[in-house]
Parts: sequence; C-alpha cells; structure tokens
Amino acid sequence: MNDILKLTAVELSTKIKAGELTAVDAVEAVFAQIAEKEEDLHCYVTLDKEGALAQAKEVQERIEKGELTGPLAGVPVAIKDNMCTEGMLTTCSSKILGNFIPTYSSEAVLNLQKAGAVVIGKTNMDEFAMGSTTETSAYGATKNPWNTEHVPGGSSGGSAAAVAADECFFALGSDTGGSIRQPASYCGVVGMKPTYGTVSRYGLIAYGSSLDQIGPLAKDVTDCATILEAIASYDEKDSTSQKREDTDFTKALVNDVKGMRIGIPKDYFSEGLDPEVKEKVLAAANLLKEKGAIIEEFDLALVKYAIPTYYTIADAEASSNLERFDGVKYGYRTESAEELHAMYKQTRSEGFGAEVKRRIMLGSFVLSSGYYDAYYLKALKVKALIKKAFDEAFAKYDMILGPVAPTTAPKLGQSLSDPIKMYLGDIYTISVNLAGLPGISVPCGTDAQGLPIGLQLIGDCFAEKKLIQAAYTYEQARGKFGREDA
Amino acid sequence: MANVISDETIEYVGILAKLALSDEEKEQAKKDMADMLDYIDQLGELDTEGVEPMSHIFDTCNVFREDVVTNGDDSENMLKNAPEEKDGMYLVPRTF
Repeated sequence: MNDILKLTAVELSTKIKAGELTAVDAVEAVFAQIAEKEEDLHCYVTLDKEGALAQAKEVQERIEKGELTGPLAGVPVAIKDNMCTEGMLTTCSSKILGNFIPTYSSEAVLNLQKAGAVVIGKTNMDEFAMGSTTETSAYGATKNPWNTEHVPGGSSGGSAAAVAADECFFALGSDTGGSIRQPASYCGVVGMKPTYGTVSRYGLIAYGSSLDQIGPLAKDVTDCATILEAIASYDEKDSTSQKREDTDFTKALVNDVKGMRIGIPKDYFSEGLDPEVKEKVLAAANLLKEKGAIIEEFDLALVKYAIPTYYTIADAEASSNLERFDGVKYGYRTESAEELHAMYKQTRSEGFGAEVKRRIMLGSFVLSSGYYDAYYLKALKVKALIKKAFDEAFAKYDMILGPVAPTTAPKLGQSLSDPIKMYLGDIYTISVNLAGLPGISVPCGTDAQGLPIGLQLIGDCFAEKKLIQAAYTYEQARGKFGREDA
Repeated sequence: MANVISDETIEYVGILAKLALSDEEKEQAKKDMADMLDYIDQLGELDTEGVEPMSHIFDTCNVFREDVVTNGDDSENMLKNAPEEKDGMYLVPRTF
C-alpha cells in the first residue's frame, strides 16, 4: 500500500495503464492513508469513498478498453471546496454554504474527470478563500503535515496538506493573492497559478473575480505541468477565458536553463524576509546559475504598494460577489427573522465568519459613493502602474525569482489577531494576481525547525512554459525533496 | 492621517454590506476599518494623474454569444437547495 502512495500522479497512472495496479487500488490506498492521518491533519471537509470507488471502477474499465489513455487516468484527486462538484457538498468552508449541493460541476473538475481522474473529496480552506492559514474555515483548522503545531498556509491549505500527507495524489486549489503558491511553499509541494484566463472559472465560487485562478498542487513539476495541461481550456461560460494554443505544458519539461535571463528583485530580499528563507532561495538561484541561467538583481518598482492595492480591489469584488448569499436560493437561512430584509441581514451575520465580514465591509466602503474615487479607482490606477513595472521587468528578463513568503509556516493560533500583519505575508505573491501573471512555487529546502521553504518563479502572461522548464531544471538539480518520516 | 470611523459610517456600511452587527462587532469593525484605511492611504504617495484605471489586464471587452438556451431545465434540482420553496418557486418571509 505504502509503495503506491509514494508514486507521483503520472507514475501512478503509468502503472495503472500497464496493468500493474488498478484505479481501485489507488483509491483504496489513499483512503487507508486518510484513515490514518486525517484525524490529526483535517485536510478535508467532505470525503466520498463510495463515490470514489464507483468512479474508479468505471475508469478502470475504460482504461482496460483503451478509451482512457491520458497521463492522469485512474489518479485520485482532491478538490478545494470552493469548486462546485455535482451532487457533492460544496461549502467554501463557510457556515452559509454548509448544506449546498451543486447541480453542476466546475469546468476544471469536468476537465479532470474527462482525463480519467477520480474525485475523492473536497479540501478545507479559509472561508471563501479569505485568509492565509486555513484557520478561518468554519469547519476547523487544517494542520501542517510537516509539523502539526503549524498551519498549512492558505487559503488552499487543505489541498496542499492533503498532497504533502499523501492523502491524495494531487489537488486543485485556487489562487487570488497567493492561495496556491503560499500553502504549497509551507507544505513542501509544487503549486502553480496560471496566467489569468487560462483555466475556466466556471463553477469556482468567486472571491475576487479579476484575480481568481484555479491551478494545481502537486508532488513534482512533472505532475504540475501535466495537471495544468488537463485543466486549461477555453470556455465560453467564463467571459474572461483566454483562447490559447500553447497549453501543451508538458512539452516544457526540459532540463535546460542555459541562457535564460532571471531577474531577482532587490526589494524581495530586503527587510522582513527571514534570513533562512533568504539563504535557501538565493542558494536555489545559484543552482540555476550553475546550470547556465543568467541571474541579475534589479529594482522592481512599487513592491510595497501591492498589498494595499490588492486588499482594496479584492475586498471590493468580494463585497459584490458575496451579495448572492442571502438565504433565498441556497445555503443557510436564519430562523429568527420574520420579514425579508431582516432575513437577509440575519442570515449573512450568522452565516459569515469574522474575516469574511471584515472584507465585505471594507469592500462595501471603498465602493460607496463619496469614497469610490479615493479608494477603489485609485487602486485600479496603481494596479495599472504595477502591471507596467512588470512589463518593464519582462522586457529584460524571462522570469523573476524570489521567495514565496517571508517566513516558513507560523504556528497555529498566531495569525488571525492582527489582520494587517497577516496580509503583509502576501507581499511576494499578490502582485502576480494584480498583473494576471503565472507563478510557480517549488520546494527549495527547509529551515532549522524542519519546515519547508518555497522558491517562486514569476513569468510574463502566457509564459508558463518558461516557468515549467526552469522549475523542472531546478528540481532535477536539487534532487529528491520530502519528509524523512514519510 | 489616522482615519476615524464614525458610528454613522459603520451603520451605513452595515446597510450596504447587509450585515446586522452587534455593538461589540461594530466597535471592532470601526477599529479594523480605520487601521486598514490608514494602510491603504499609502497609495496617496503615488502620483496617478493621467493613469487609466485598469479593471482588466487584457484588452478583452464585452464577450458576446448568441442568446440561445443550451442547458436543460434543472429547476427541480436547483430548488432542492432552497431553504424553503412552494409550487416551484422560492419562498421568502413577508417583504414588508
């Protein structure tokens, strides 16, 4: 059993197609691991063993008939609980959606199912993806598999922890300000946020629509590229979906960075960065240099303005997107209200947690008459300047290299009391969302406590292949990475 | 300059956000919002005169499609998620 769990998604599918294992074996192995680990880690909100076994049986038959031949056929996958799954509870880790069973599946999930992946359950997250630790979930915190006294990061913390703990072979997450890359970094797995518009947002419960992107959390770069290739698609149902011809991302799994120009923003390595994180990330840069990349420091403008810009825009969009949760069509409804307007207000007040309310209120304020120009419009103008700063950087460099987060995973219970301090942890990830860029997080070492550190590579829009190639080359040079006890 | 959020402002925000806040939540919200606005006020340091606000990173404008129904009638299933329903409709408390 244990041997199965050590396989990557692509290796597993290869063995299944070769007849050495079955898709049912894989589901059984994953649920045995879940039975052992889940009580300590709490990666999932919902698990569906029966459904997974039924899917696996069907997939196995189709593999045997030769109908399913792709690289993810037969592989068990976990889905972040903000993506709709037909007939399976989808809560966004919120009380307000505690009983919501979607009548359709999100496009990304359908794409995976077409590829023969087997959905086993829904992973825990910060409520409505608002948070950096998975502690704002209405269903309890997820623990970091590397050290259960620490958070897994967030908001896709359940997905990252499930991959790290072998409670699935890969997972989908969503990234609005770092919510794939940061938990990937904290849990020592690979996570990628694609260019905005690459993966359909249809069926993804919206937080900040102009920033949200779905992406993979995986055991290695090969799996990551393979998953992204499977989920990327043009979708008429998402008006921001981009028509791309270059989604054959696995073609970029090439061990070569000779002549690649990589820029290191000085501001990403100044005040506030943990010295151990700095050391390991710079060591990774050095390794790429040894492999032939050209590494250069430069000044990326406006770094400190990304956080206030992001929280203005994201909260504004959230306040609008979350208006739909009103106790009428789905989800929780208060029992205490006798007239409609009071029902709306009571339902929302009882159904949303503190961080969600905080963001909805700030968002409502910055969009309100009299403050719209000073806050919301100002933030959209600064966003344009930030985008321009990246455009200038990518005129000189193929990619930008930096840390994912200023520190390794904090201890549980230490982050929520000071929201602004928590938001500051997003400094290296959120500008990527503002500018719609792709970014990948790859493990590059551990700190003295034994907690993983992530290396981030950021590319220009549509330059995923460059990132995958550099990340793959780094991974090959770095060698094996994982927990000693695992 | 430090922002101070008045009782009136937090009442107004409560109406916009459709949230019923307890007195304790209101005090906390006043503090949190003031802190956040102080932080956001940093953006005032930047000269954005003449900068076009960027709502979408690509040049995509409106994306149109033919107004043709492609999905089936799923109302029965959708109503299963409703807190209350009656005769194929959503049922809500009295409106006035």
